Amino acid sequence: MSSVRTVEVSAIADTVARLCGEADLYLPEDVRRALTQAQADEPSPVGREVLERLLENADIAAEEKMPICQDCGLAIIFIDVGQDVHLTGGDLGEAINEGVRRGYQENYLRKSSCHPFSRVNTGDNTPAIIHTRIVPGDKVKLWVVPKGGGAENMSKVYLLTPAVGLAGVKKAIMDTVEAAGPNPCPPVILGVAVGGTFEQAAVAAKRTLLRKLDSVNPDPEAAVLEKELLEEVNKLGIGPAGLGGGTTCLKVFVELIPCHIASLPVVVNMQCHAARHKEAVL
Amino acid sequence: MSELIRLSPPLSEADVTSLKAGDKVLVSGTIYTGRDAAHKRIVETLAEGGTPPFPLEGAVIFYVGPSPPPPGRVIGAAGPTTSYRMDAYAPTLMEKGLRAMIGKGKRNDEVKQAMAKYKSVYLAAIGGAGALMARCIKEAEVIAYPELGPEAVRRLVVEDMPLFVVNDVHGGDLYQQGRQAYARR
Repeated sequence: MSSVRTVEVSAIADTVARLCGEADLYLPEDVRRALTQAQADEPSPVGREVLERLLENADIAAEEKMPICQDCGLAIIFIDVGQDVHLTGGDLGEAINEGVRRGYQENYLRKSSCHPFSRVNTGDNTPAIIHTRIVPGDKVKLWVVPKGGGAENMSKVYLLTPAVGLAGVKKAIMDTVEAAGPNPCPPVILGVAVGGTFEQAAVAAKRTLLRKLDSVNPDPEAAVLEKELLEEVNKLGIGPAGLGGGTTCLKVFVELIPCHIASLPVVVNMQCHAARHKEAVL
Repeated sequence: MSELIRLSPPLSEADVTSLKAGDKVLVSGTIYTGRDAAHKRIVETLAEGGTPPFPLEGAVIFYVGPSPPPPGRVIGAAGPTTSYRMDAYAPTLMEKGLRAMIGKGKRNDEVKQAMAKYKSVYLAAIGGAGALMARCIKEAEVIAYPELGPEAVRRLVVEDMPLFVVNDVHGGDLYQQGRQAYARR
Protein backbone atom coordinates (compact mmCIF):
# COMPACT_ATOMS: atom_id res chain seq x y z
CA MET A 1 0.00 0.00 0.00
CA SER A 2 1.36 3.39 -0.97
CA SER A 3 1.74 6.07 1.66
CA VAL A 4 -0.71 8.93 1.94
CA ARG A 5 0.50 12.50 1.68
CA THR A 6 -1.22 15.19 3.71
CA VAL A 7 -2.03 18.55 2.14
CA GLU A 8 -3.56 21.36 4.18
CA VAL A 9 -6.46 23.04 2.42
CA SER A 10 -5.11 26.40 3.65
CA ALA A 11 -2.15 25.84 1.28
CA ILE A 12 -4.66 25.39 -1.54
CA ALA A 13 -6.39 28.66 -0.55
CA ASP A 14 -3.04 30.49 -0.56
CA THR A 15 -2.15 29.06 -3.97
CA VAL A 16 -5.52 29.95 -5.50
CA ALA A 17 -5.21 33.53 -4.17
CA ARG A 18 -1.74 33.89 -5.70
CA LEU A 19 -2.76 32.38 -9.04
CA CYS A 20 -5.83 34.66 -9.34
CA GLY A 21 -3.55 37.68 -9.07
CA GLU A 22 -0.87 36.34 -11.39
CA ALA A 23 -3.40 35.24 -14.00
CA ASP A 24 -5.14 38.61 -14.21
CA LEU A 25 -1.98 40.76 -14.14
CA TYR A 26 0.46 38.82 -16.31
CA LEU A 27 -0.33 37.67 -19.84
CA PRO A 28 0.92 34.08 -20.34
CA GLU A 29 4.16 33.87 -22.35
CA ASP A 30 2.64 31.54 -24.95
CA VAL A 31 -0.11 34.09 -25.65
CA ARG A 32 2.46 36.88 -25.90
CA ARG A 33 4.48 34.86 -28.41
CA ALA A 34 1.36 34.16 -30.47
CA LEU A 35 0.37 37.84 -30.53
CA THR A 36 3.92 38.83 -31.53
CA GLN A 37 3.91 36.30 -34.39
CA ALA A 38 0.44 37.47 -35.46
CA GLN A 39 1.66 41.06 -35.58
CA ALA A 40 4.45 40.02 -37.95
CA ASP A 41 2.03 38.11 -40.20
CA GLU A 42 -1.02 40.41 -40.13
CA PRO A 43 -1.76 41.99 -43.55
CA SER A 44 -3.99 44.81 -42.26
CA PRO A 45 -2.26 47.99 -40.98
CA VAL A 46 -5.11 48.57 -38.51
CA GLY A 47 -4.86 44.94 -37.44
CA ARG A 48 -1.12 45.33 -36.82
CA GLU A 49 -1.80 48.48 -34.80
CA VAL A 50 -4.37 46.64 -32.64
CA LEU A 51 -1.95 43.77 -31.99
CA GLU A 52 0.80 46.23 -31.09
CA ARG A 53 -1.55 47.91 -28.59
CA LEU A 54 -2.42 44.55 -27.05
CA LEU A 55 1.25 43.75 -26.50
CA GLU A 56 1.79 47.24 -25.09
CA ASN A 57 -1.20 46.70 -22.81
CA ALA A 58 0.32 43.48 -21.47
CA ASP A 59 3.56 45.33 -20.71
CA ILE A 60 1.72 48.14 -18.91
CA ALA A 61 -0.37 45.64 -16.91
CA ALA A 62 2.74 43.82 -15.68
CA GLU A 63 4.64 47.03 -14.98
CA GLU A 64 1.82 48.83 -13.15
CA LYS A 65 0.23 45.71 -11.63
CA MET A 66 -3.04 46.56 -13.34
CA PRO A 67 -5.32 43.84 -14.66
CA ILE A 68 -4.78 43.10 -18.37
CA CYS A 69 -8.52 43.51 -18.82
CA GLN A 70 -11.11 45.11 -16.54
CA ASP A 71 -13.16 41.92 -16.90
CA CYS A 72 -11.13 39.88 -14.44
CA GLY A 73 -13.51 37.04 -15.10
CA LEU A 74 -15.36 34.48 -13.13
CA ALA A 75 -12.81 32.29 -11.37
CA ILE A 76 -12.78 28.91 -13.12
CA ILE A 77 -10.70 26.45 -11.10
CA PHE A 78 -9.53 23.08 -12.35
CA ILE A 79 -8.11 20.85 -9.65
CA ASP A 80 -6.57 17.40 -10.03
CA VAL A 81 -6.27 15.68 -6.66
CA GLY A 82 -3.91 12.71 -6.44
CA GLN A 83 -5.62 9.66 -4.98
CA ASP A 84 -2.79 9.31 -2.45
CA VAL A 85 -3.46 12.79 -1.04
CA HIS A 86 -5.32 13.36 2.20
CA LEU A 87 -6.76 16.88 2.32
CA THR A 88 -6.98 18.18 5.88
CA GLY A 89 -7.79 21.35 7.78
CA GLY A 90 -11.22 22.09 6.34
CA ASP A 91 -13.55 22.03 3.38
CA LEU A 92 -11.76 21.98 -0.01
CA GLY A 93 -14.50 23.95 -1.80
CA GLU A 94 -14.55 26.62 0.89
CA ALA A 95 -10.73 26.85 0.77
CA ILE A 96 -10.86 27.46 -2.98
CA ASN A 97 -13.52 30.13 -2.54
CA GLU A 98 -11.45 31.73 0.23
CA GLY A 99 -8.50 31.83 -2.18
CA VAL A 100 -10.63 33.49 -4.86
CA ARG A 101 -12.02 35.99 -2.35
CA ARG A 102 -8.53 36.99 -1.19
CA GLY A 103 -6.93 36.93 -4.63
CA TYR A 104 -9.57 39.24 -6.11
CA GLN A 105 -9.58 41.60 -3.13
CA GLU A 106 -5.81 41.85 -2.62
CA ASN A 107 -5.02 42.42 -6.29
CA TYR A 108 -7.78 44.97 -6.99
CA LEU A 109 -9.50 42.68 -9.45
CA ARG A 110 -13.07 43.27 -10.58
CA LYS A 111 -15.72 41.11 -8.95
CA SER A 112 -18.16 40.07 -11.65
CA SER A 113 -20.36 37.41 -10.04
CA CYS A 114 -24.03 38.33 -9.55
CA HIS A 115 -27.51 36.89 -8.95
CA PRO A 116 -29.07 35.88 -12.29
CA PHE A 117 -32.25 37.94 -11.82
CA SER A 118 -31.62 40.73 -9.32
CA ARG A 119 -28.09 41.20 -10.75
CA VAL A 120 -26.90 41.99 -7.22
CA ASN A 121 -23.15 41.39 -7.08
CA THR A 122 -21.98 38.67 -4.66
CA GLY A 123 -19.23 41.14 -3.78
CA ASP A 124 -16.21 38.82 -3.69
CA ASN A 125 -16.29 37.01 -7.06
CA THR A 126 -17.41 33.77 -5.43
CA PRO A 127 -18.68 31.15 -5.90
CA ALA A 128 -15.80 29.85 -7.98
CA ILE A 129 -16.58 27.35 -10.73
CA ILE A 130 -14.69 24.24 -9.65
CA HIS A 131 -13.91 21.20 -11.82
CA THR A 132 -12.35 18.41 -9.76
CA ARG A 133 -10.73 15.17 -10.92
CA ILE A 134 -9.22 12.37 -8.87
CA VAL A 135 -5.99 11.25 -10.54
CA PRO A 136 -3.13 8.84 -9.71
CA GLY A 137 -0.30 10.17 -7.54
CA ASP A 138 0.24 12.20 -4.38
CA LYS A 139 0.15 15.74 -5.78
CA VAL A 140 -2.51 18.41 -6.14
CA LYS A 141 -2.48 20.34 -9.39
CA LEU A 142 -4.40 23.61 -9.69
CA TRP A 143 -5.26 25.80 -12.66
CA VAL A 144 -6.91 29.19 -12.35
CA VAL A 145 -8.64 30.39 -15.51
CA PRO A 146 -10.29 33.81 -15.13
CA LYS A 147 -12.93 33.81 -17.87
CA GLY A 148 -14.41 37.05 -19.17
CA GLY A 149 -18.09 37.36 -20.00
CA GLY A 150 -17.72 38.85 -23.49
CA ALA A 151 -16.10 35.79 -25.02
CA GLU A 152 -18.05 33.31 -22.89
CA ASN A 153 -21.32 34.79 -24.21
CA MET A 154 -20.28 33.94 -27.78
CA SER A 155 -19.75 30.24 -26.97
CA LYS A 156 -22.13 27.62 -28.37
CA VAL A 157 -23.45 24.13 -27.67
CA TYR A 158 -24.70 22.12 -30.66
CA LEU A 159 -26.35 18.72 -30.45
CA LEU A 160 -26.00 17.66 -34.07
CA THR A 161 -27.28 14.58 -35.82
CA PRO A 162 -24.53 12.10 -36.74
CA ALA A 163 -25.57 12.36 -40.43
CA VAL A 164 -24.01 15.83 -40.73
CA GLY A 165 -20.56 14.32 -40.10
CA LEU A 166 -17.27 16.17 -40.13
CA ALA A 167 -18.56 18.77 -42.61
CA GLY A 168 -21.47 19.59 -40.30
CA VAL A 169 -19.17 19.91 -37.31
CA LYS A 170 -16.88 22.28 -39.20
CA LYS A 171 -19.87 24.34 -40.32
CA ALA A 172 -21.13 24.67 -36.73
CA ILE A 173 -17.72 25.91 -35.61
CA MET A 174 -17.41 28.38 -38.50
CA ASP A 175 -20.96 29.63 -37.89
CA THR A 176 -20.08 30.28 -34.25
CA VAL A 177 -17.05 32.39 -35.10
CA GLU A 178 -18.89 34.21 -37.87
CA ALA A 179 -21.86 35.07 -35.65
CA ALA A 180 -19.54 36.27 -32.88
CA GLY A 181 -17.69 38.64 -35.24
CA PRO A 182 -15.97 41.41 -33.26
CA ASN A 183 -17.80 40.69 -29.98
CA PRO A 184 -15.51 38.19 -28.18
CA CYS A 185 -12.33 40.32 -28.54
CA PRO A 186 -10.55 38.66 -31.47
CA PRO A 187 -8.01 37.28 -32.12
CA VAL A 188 -9.78 34.51 -30.27
CA ILE A 189 -8.83 31.03 -29.16
CA LEU A 190 -11.36 28.27 -29.79
CA GLY A 191 -11.77 25.45 -27.30
CA VAL A 192 -13.71 22.79 -29.18
CA ALA A 193 -15.00 19.45 -27.93
CA VAL A 194 -16.65 17.04 -30.37
CA GLY A 195 -18.52 14.07 -28.91
CA GLY A 196 -19.23 13.10 -25.34
CA THR A 197 -22.47 14.12 -23.68
CA PHE A 198 -24.07 17.53 -23.25
CA GLU A 199 -22.19 18.40 -20.05
CA GLN A 200 -19.03 16.41 -20.73
CA ALA A 201 -18.41 18.26 -23.99
CA ALA A 202 -18.87 21.65 -22.32
CA VAL A 203 -16.32 20.93 -19.59
CA ALA A 204 -13.93 19.28 -22.05
CA ALA A 205 -14.08 22.33 -24.34
CA LYS A 206 -13.22 24.59 -21.42
CA ARG A 207 -10.44 22.25 -20.30
CA THR A 208 -8.71 22.56 -23.68
CA LEU A 209 -8.10 26.23 -22.82
CA LEU A 210 -5.50 25.07 -20.26
CA ARG A 211 -3.23 23.98 -23.11
CA LYS A 212 -0.33 26.08 -24.33
CA LEU A 213 -0.89 27.81 -27.66
CA ASP A 214 2.32 26.32 -29.07
CA SER A 215 1.59 22.79 -27.86
CA VAL A 216 0.97 19.95 -30.31
CA ASN A 217 -2.16 17.86 -29.88
CA PRO A 218 -1.13 14.22 -29.20
CA ASP A 219 -4.25 13.03 -31.06
CA PRO A 220 -3.20 13.23 -34.75
CA GLU A 221 -6.81 13.32 -35.96
CA ALA A 222 -7.60 16.29 -33.69
CA ALA A 223 -4.31 17.98 -34.62
CA VAL A 224 -5.22 17.92 -38.34
CA LEU A 225 -8.66 19.31 -37.58
CA GLU A 226 -7.14 22.10 -35.46
CA LYS A 227 -4.89 23.16 -38.33
CA GLU A 228 -7.67 23.06 -40.94
CA LEU A 229 -10.09 25.00 -38.75
CA LEU A 230 -7.49 27.67 -37.91
CA GLU A 231 -6.83 28.25 -41.62
CA GLU A 232 -10.54 28.47 -42.44
CA VAL A 233 -11.37 30.77 -39.51
CA ASN A 234 -8.57 33.13 -40.49
CA LYS A 235 -10.09 33.47 -43.96
CA LEU A 236 -13.18 35.11 -42.45
CA GLY A 237 -11.49 38.52 -42.42
CA ILE A 238 -12.84 39.53 -38.98
CA GLY A 239 -9.33 40.38 -37.80
CA PRO A 240 -7.89 41.90 -34.60
CA ALA A 241 -10.63 43.70 -32.62
CA GLY A 242 -12.97 42.81 -35.50
CA LEU A 243 -11.70 45.76 -37.55
CA GLY A 244 -10.71 43.53 -40.49
CA GLY A 245 -7.62 41.42 -41.06
CA GLY A 246 -6.07 38.00 -41.30
CA THR A 247 -5.76 37.23 -37.59
CA THR A 248 -9.20 36.26 -36.32
CA CYS A 249 -7.96 33.30 -34.31
CA LEU A 250 -4.65 32.45 -32.65
CA LYS A 251 -5.30 28.75 -32.02
CA VAL A 252 -7.97 26.09 -32.24
CA PHE A 253 -7.91 23.32 -29.64
CA VAL A 254 -9.91 20.19 -30.44
CA GLU A 255 -10.80 17.29 -28.15
CA LEU A 256 -12.49 14.26 -29.71
CA ILE A 257 -14.56 12.11 -27.32
CA PRO A 258 -16.59 8.94 -27.98
CA CYS A 259 -20.32 9.67 -27.96
CA HIS A 260 -23.69 7.92 -28.07
CA ILE A 261 -24.58 6.24 -31.38
CA ALA A 262 -27.48 8.71 -31.62
CA SER A 263 -25.47 11.84 -30.86
CA LEU A 264 -22.91 14.28 -32.17
CA PRO A 265 -22.40 17.05 -29.58
CA VAL A 266 -20.15 19.99 -30.47
CA VAL A 267 -19.17 22.69 -28.00
CA VAL A 268 -17.22 25.79 -28.97
CA ASN A 269 -15.91 27.63 -25.94
CA MET A 270 -14.78 31.04 -27.13
CA GLN A 271 -11.74 32.56 -25.44
CA CYS A 272 -10.54 36.13 -25.94
CA HIS A 273 -6.96 37.14 -26.74
CA ALA A 274 -6.41 37.81 -23.02
CA ALA A 275 -6.29 34.03 -22.56
CA ARG A 276 -5.45 34.02 -18.91
CA HIS A 277 -4.48 30.84 -17.10
CA LYS A 278 -1.97 30.00 -14.39
CA GLU A 279 -1.14 26.70 -12.80
CA ALA A 280 0.69 25.29 -9.79
CA VAL A 281 1.46 21.91 -8.25
CA LEU A 282 1.27 21.28 -4.51
CA MET B 1 -7.16 55.67 -43.00
CA SER B 2 -7.51 59.32 -42.16
CA GLU B 3 -5.52 61.54 -39.85
CA LEU B 4 -6.38 61.64 -36.16
CA ILE B 5 -9.49 63.68 -35.40
CA ARG B 6 -9.79 65.34 -32.02
CA LEU B 7 -13.15 65.38 -30.23
CA SER B 8 -14.02 67.23 -27.01
CA PRO B 9 -17.43 66.50 -25.47
CA PRO B 10 -20.09 67.75 -25.27
CA LEU B 11 -20.33 67.06 -29.00
CA SER B 12 -22.44 68.96 -31.51
CA GLU B 13 -24.34 67.49 -34.44
CA ALA B 14 -21.66 68.96 -36.73
CA ASP B 15 -18.89 67.26 -34.72
CA VAL B 16 -20.31 63.81 -35.41
CA THR B 17 -21.80 64.32 -38.88
CA SER B 18 -18.34 64.82 -40.37
CA LEU B 19 -17.05 61.53 -38.99
CA LYS B 20 -16.73 58.49 -41.28
CA ALA B 21 -16.49 54.80 -40.43
CA GLY B 22 -12.77 53.98 -40.24
CA ASP B 23 -11.71 57.39 -38.93
CA LYS B 24 -9.38 57.38 -35.95
CA VAL B 25 -10.30 59.79 -33.18
CA LEU B 26 -8.84 61.00 -29.91
CA VAL B 27 -11.39 61.99 -27.27
CA SER B 28 -10.42 64.45 -24.51
CA GLY B 29 -12.72 65.86 -21.85
CA THR B 30 -15.66 64.65 -19.79
CA ILE B 31 -17.42 61.38 -20.62
CA TYR B 32 -19.71 59.12 -18.60
CA THR B 33 -19.71 55.39 -17.94
CA GLY B 34 -22.68 53.07 -18.04
CA ARG B 35 -23.34 49.43 -18.79
CA ASP B 36 -26.20 46.95 -18.44
CA ALA B 37 -27.72 47.77 -15.04
CA ALA B 38 -27.10 51.54 -15.26
CA HIS B 39 -28.75 51.73 -18.70
CA LYS B 40 -31.80 49.93 -17.38
CA ARG B 41 -32.10 52.45 -14.54
CA ILE B 42 -31.51 55.51 -16.72
CA VAL B 43 -34.16 54.43 -19.22
CA GLU B 44 -36.60 53.69 -16.38
CA THR B 45 -35.88 57.13 -14.90
CA LEU B 46 -36.57 58.80 -18.26
CA ALA B 47 -39.81 56.83 -18.68
CA GLU B 48 -40.99 58.13 -15.31
CA GLY B 49 -40.18 61.70 -16.33
CA GLY B 50 -37.14 61.86 -14.03
CA THR B 51 -33.74 63.46 -14.56
CA PRO B 52 -30.90 61.25 -15.79
CA PRO B 53 -27.69 61.19 -13.69
CA PHE B 54 -25.83 63.30 -16.27
CA PRO B 55 -26.90 65.67 -19.07
CA LEU B 56 -27.51 63.60 -22.20
CA GLU B 57 -27.34 66.50 -24.67
CA GLY B 58 -24.05 66.11 -26.54
CA ALA B 59 -22.90 63.42 -24.13
CA VAL B 60 -20.45 60.59 -24.78
CA ILE B 61 -21.09 57.33 -22.93
CA PHE B 62 -18.44 54.67 -22.40
CA TYR B 63 -19.64 51.10 -21.91
CA VAL B 64 -17.23 50.03 -19.18
CA GLY B 65 -17.17 48.40 -15.78
CA PRO B 66 -13.69 49.27 -14.50
CA SER B 67 -11.71 47.20 -12.05
CA PRO B 68 -11.10 48.83 -8.63
CA PRO B 69 -8.37 51.50 -8.51
CA PRO B 70 -5.09 50.25 -7.03
CA PRO B 71 -3.53 52.62 -4.46
CA GLY B 72 -2.49 55.91 -6.03
CA ARG B 73 -4.60 55.45 -9.16
CA VAL B 74 -7.92 57.07 -10.09
CA ILE B 75 -9.26 53.92 -11.74
CA GLY B 76 -8.32 50.32 -12.47
CA ALA B 77 -8.29 48.66 -15.88
CA ALA B 78 -10.95 50.24 -18.08
CA GLY B 79 -11.47 48.71 -21.49
CA PRO B 80 -14.82 48.52 -23.29
CA THR B 81 -17.49 45.92 -22.66
CA THR B 82 -19.52 44.28 -25.46
CA SER B 83 -22.05 46.82 -26.70
CA TYR B 84 -25.00 44.75 -27.97
CA ARG B 85 -26.28 44.37 -24.42
CA MET B 86 -27.02 48.10 -24.42
CA ASP B 87 -28.85 47.98 -27.79
CA ALA B 88 -32.27 47.83 -26.12
CA TYR B 89 -31.61 51.15 -24.36
CA ALA B 90 -29.39 53.09 -26.78
CA PRO B 91 -32.09 54.57 -29.08
CA THR B 92 -33.89 56.16 -26.09
CA LEU B 93 -30.66 57.86 -24.99
CA MET B 94 -29.87 59.05 -28.53
CA GLU B 95 -33.34 60.56 -28.76
CA LYS B 96 -32.44 62.59 -25.67
CA GLY B 97 -29.22 63.90 -27.20
CA LEU B 98 -26.54 61.24 -26.70
CA ARG B 99 -23.92 61.89 -29.43
CA ALA B 100 -21.46 59.04 -29.08
CA MET B 101 -21.19 55.56 -27.61
CA ILE B 102 -17.85 53.90 -26.86
CA GLY B 103 -17.73 50.12 -26.70
CA LYS B 104 -16.77 47.05 -28.72
CA GLY B 105 -18.72 44.65 -30.88
CA LYS B 106 -21.67 44.82 -33.26
CA ARG B 107 -24.81 46.95 -32.87
CA ASN B 108 -28.23 45.89 -34.13
CA ASP B 109 -30.10 47.51 -37.04
CA GLU B 110 -32.40 49.47 -34.75
CA VAL B 111 -29.40 51.14 -33.09
CA LYS B 112 -27.77 51.88 -36.46
CA GLN B 113 -31.00 53.45 -37.73
CA ALA B 114 -31.27 55.54 -34.56
CA MET B 115 -27.67 56.73 -35.08
CA ALA B 116 -28.60 58.02 -38.54
CA LYS B 117 -31.86 59.55 -37.31
CA TYR B 118 -30.58 61.27 -34.16
CA LYS B 119 -27.02 61.97 -35.42
CA SER B 120 -24.97 59.87 -33.08
CA VAL B 121 -21.88 57.73 -33.66
CA TYR B 122 -20.51 54.47 -32.35
CA LEU B 123 -16.82 54.41 -31.48
CA ALA B 124 -14.80 51.28 -30.74
CA ALA B 125 -12.06 51.01 -28.18
CA ILE B 126 -9.72 48.02 -28.32
CA GLY B 127 -11.30 45.28 -26.24
CA GLY B 128 -8.99 43.72 -23.69
CA ALA B 129 -6.62 46.68 -23.51
CA GLY B 130 -7.83 47.78 -20.08
CA ALA B 131 -4.47 48.73 -18.59
CA LEU B 132 -3.60 50.85 -21.63
CA MET B 133 -6.98 52.63 -21.59
CA ALA B 134 -6.64 53.43 -17.89
CA ARG B 135 -3.67 55.66 -18.74
CA CYS B 136 -6.03 57.99 -20.66
CA ILE B 137 -8.29 58.46 -17.65
CA LYS B 138 -7.23 61.38 -15.48
CA GLU B 139 -10.24 61.67 -13.14
CA ALA B 140 -13.01 59.29 -12.11
CA GLU B 141 -15.93 59.92 -9.80
CA VAL B 142 -19.01 57.81 -9.10
CA ILE B 143 -22.02 60.07 -9.70
CA ALA B 144 -24.92 57.62 -9.54
CA TYR B 145 -25.93 54.13 -8.42
CA PRO B 146 -22.86 53.42 -6.22
CA GLU B 147 -24.54 50.19 -5.07
CA LEU B 148 -23.95 48.78 -8.58
CA GLY B 149 -20.20 48.59 -7.88
CA PRO B 150 -18.36 48.23 -11.20
CA GLU B 151 -21.63 49.10 -12.96
CA ALA B 152 -22.09 52.46 -11.18
CA VAL B 153 -22.24 55.57 -13.38
CA ARG B 154 -18.93 57.43 -13.31
CA ARG B 155 -17.90 60.80 -14.64
CA LEU B 156 -14.50 60.43 -16.28
CA VAL B 157 -12.09 63.05 -17.48
CA VAL B 158 -10.08 61.54 -20.30
CA GLU B 159 -7.14 62.69 -22.35
CA ASP B 160 -6.42 61.48 -25.89
CA MET B 161 -8.50 58.32 -25.63
CA PRO B 162 -7.78 56.47 -28.93
CA LEU B 163 -10.88 55.17 -30.71
CA PHE B 164 -12.08 54.00 -34.13
CA VAL B 165 -15.31 55.21 -35.71
CA VAL B 166 -17.28 52.00 -36.38
CA ASN B 167 -20.75 53.31 -37.25
CA ASP B 168 -21.19 56.82 -38.62
CA VAL B 169 -24.43 58.75 -39.22
CA HIS B 170 -24.30 57.94 -42.95
CA GLY B 171 -24.66 54.16 -42.60
CA GLY B 172 -20.93 53.37 -42.75
CA ASP B 173 -19.86 50.30 -40.75
CA LEU B 174 -16.17 49.62 -40.15
CA TYR B 175 -16.83 46.04 -38.96
CA GLN B 176 -18.44 45.24 -42.32
CA GLN B 177 -15.96 47.24 -44.41
CA GLY B 178 -12.89 45.86 -42.61
CA ARG B 179 -14.09 42.31 -42.89
CA GLN B 180 -14.98 42.62 -46.58
CA ALA B 181 -11.51 43.95 -47.33
CA TYR B 182 -9.79 40.90 -45.81
CA ALA B 183 -12.25 38.02 -46.27
CA ARG B 184 -10.86 35.14 -48.36
CA ARG B 185 -13.76 32.69 -48.38
